[in-house]
Amino acid sequence: MNEIKCECGHVNPHGTILCESCGRVLEEKEKEKQLVDMRYEGSARRSQTYNKTIIDKIWNFFSSVKVGVWLIIILLVASSLGTIFPQEMYIPPLMPAGEYYQEQYGWLGKLYYDLGFHNLYSSWWYLLLIAALGISLIIASLDRVVPLYRSLTNQRVSRHESFLKRQRMFSVSNADLSGETVDKIKNLLTQKRYKIREENGNILAEKNRFSRWGPYVNHLGLVIFLLGGMLRFVPGMYVDEILWLREGETKAIPGTEGQYYLKNNAFIFEVYDKEKDDEVFQNAIDKVGTVVKNYQTDATLYKKQGDTVPGEKPELEKVRDQSIQVNKPLKIDGFALYQVDYKLDEMNKMAFKLENKKTGDQFGDVAVDLYDPEMNYDLGNGYKVEVMSYFPDFEFNEDGEPATKSRIPNNPAFIFKMFTPDKPEGEISFVAIRQTIEPMGDNDYKMIFNGVETKNVTALTVRKDLTLWLIGLGGLIFMIGVVQGAYWNHRRLWIRRVDSQIWTAAHTNKNWHGLKRELDTIFADSGIKAPEDQLSDDKKE
Amino acid sequence: MKKKRLVTRTIILAVLALAVGYTLYANMNKDKNQKIEVGKPAPDFVLVDMEGNKHRLSEYKGQGVFVNFWATWCKPCEREMPYIENQYQQFKDQGVQVLAIDSSESELVVNKFVERKGLNFPVLIDKDGQVQAAYGINPLPITFLIDKEGNVVKSHTGELTEETVREFMEQIKP
Repeated sequence: MNEIKCECGHVNPHGTILCESCGRVLEEKEKEKQLVDMRYEGSARRSQTYNKTIIDKIWNFFSSVKVGVWLIIILLVASSLGTIFPQEMYIPPLMPAGEYYQEQYGWLGKLYYDLGFHNLYSSWWYLLLIAALGISLIIASLDRVVPLYRSLTNQRVSRHESFLKRQRMFSVSNADLSGETVDKIKNLLTQKRYKIREENGNILAEKNRFSRWGPYVNHLGLVIFLLGGMLRFVPGMYVDEILWLREGETKAIPGTEGQYYLKNNAFIFEVYDKEKDDEVFQNAIDKVGTVVKNYQTDATLYKKQGDTVPGEKPELEKVRDQSIQVNKPLKIDGFALYQVDYKLDEMNKMAFKLENKKTGDQFGDVAVDLYDPEMNYDLGNGYKVEVMSYFPDFEFNEDGEPATKSRIPNNPAFIFKMFTPDKPEGEISFVAIRQTIEPMGDNDYKMIFNGVETKNVTALTVRKDLTLWLIGLGGLIFMIGVVQGAYWNHRRLWIRRVDSQIWTAAHTNKNWHGLKRELDTIFADSGIKAPEDQLSDDKKE
Repeated sequence: MKKKRLVTRTIILAVLALAVGYTLYANMNKDKNQKIEVGKPAPDFVLVDMEGNKHRLSEYKGQGVFVNFWATWCKPCEREMPYIENQYQQFKDQGVQVLAIDSSESELVVNKFVERKGLNFPVLIDKDGQVQAAYGINPLPITFLIDKEGNVVKSHTGELTEETVREFMEQIKP
């Protein structure tokens, strides 16, 4: 094993730049430099020492900070791409997603869909990127925190001259250390919360070493956070579903395995009214026209009684009535139902009258339930209408035949057969919105549109999340790490006798100015020069 | 020491790879069928056909059941219907039952469709989507093959050819 034995007798791992114990420069290249590189205490980052097996190569790849930074950049770009258009889970499920994107956003939407960006956050490559970042966090941290810990615990009080003089803060005084002076300096250092170690009359004063662990605590928090995200894939830990519910409709709440049902009694959409609402809203209303005041679903929650086989009509027991508003969810058994979307005035019923074209006489009312139309509508006195075909979401297909795009009555169309006393064999008429076709030639009768009944549709997000506490914990640890690393500085001061001189050197991981000021007060009347910044131009000061 | 380090690294990387692997696997299967597992009993259901007869899956024990989820607005469903009808005629006397479950459409629409296509097997409407939820149905058409013990043999998402329909029925023939 290539270990390096320093002149002071300490054995360092291969790749060490500064002896862990005395600080001698071990690397030839480093000896020429005016100042030593104090990153990671000149310890051997494990990754850089050898590159032998495939395992080591993988390890080194993830250990690299450069790789980590690139992963973050790529992830940021990818994540922002996913926000250009809504993700598939947030679009109304009324038509195939591909068509929706094309219709709403044109060719860009189609491209977006074709590239798979409509499901970006659960795509395999996105997850792989996140995973790579997580691995990079773990390995890069391990690779640095272990050697750093080793160096900091192994450091000796008396550091080698070559180490001291290559510190950024350094000074030489031609003076002697009297016991009195030493006591005074030590006293001041203790007041500043330094921990002092002595060896052969040399001093090492150190404080806030724990600040060095900040970044690693921070990374640990991130890893826990990611772990929480991973836990969401474990069945039962996380539910995020959407429930579309027409007024009057009762449906099972998805994710609850059919245990709970919800009925939409009414969906309320309110806007601020210029006349009725407070004057403070006037300006905003004038500016933008309509301002929504309230989205609300008046719902009734039911629990299923006993065991039923799917398809059977379940026996439901009312749990409670509740109004669901934005940010005021309905909560039950760890599930929360949030108001998330709506559709106003979806067609529900359509009314027609049968009319004699010549005389204008009208017969009966035909009210067609668009979700469950009847086959025959008897209007009495020998007048009868039969629905031959019904297309809830009408279009002409590739063959030019009438067809339906979905089961939702977005554009209802009918083929009616009208039986009348003077046309007992019936007349056929195709009726769509603003369109009537009489395929068998001119009819004597027609169906005339007589109003439509609409209903509002509400959309609720059904959410259950048992991973939140872990994600919260990760976030908390993350913040502790940030604070730990940011609000304290790891400061060290070395005082060493070299022949008849007193050498002082100091190091901090950040805020050199603060260190300088602190040392100036400590050495003020001691007759010893405080360490000076070898990098600043105005050294005379 | 070097060997020890290699072992540690290998173990750490293996644990991480396992975690990532599980996540990817779970994510891939998230949108697929979590509810239905091949080899496990198929979820039972009760639905009424167009003639008003009740069909309960568990009552078909001893027969193979070809369960097809469809809708009239679904083009591939429409195309595969005649194949299912043809093969149903071949296999119905050999202990294979077809149950075609429509996705929440109106009776009128389904009736007209059945009439137009001349379908003879039971067509059931899952009005409130309970059965679809139990089977985790997402895209249509999707076909499940259930053997005479009531276990799922296979699930197939997407359009079928007449040949596959025949193979499928052959597979569940008791």
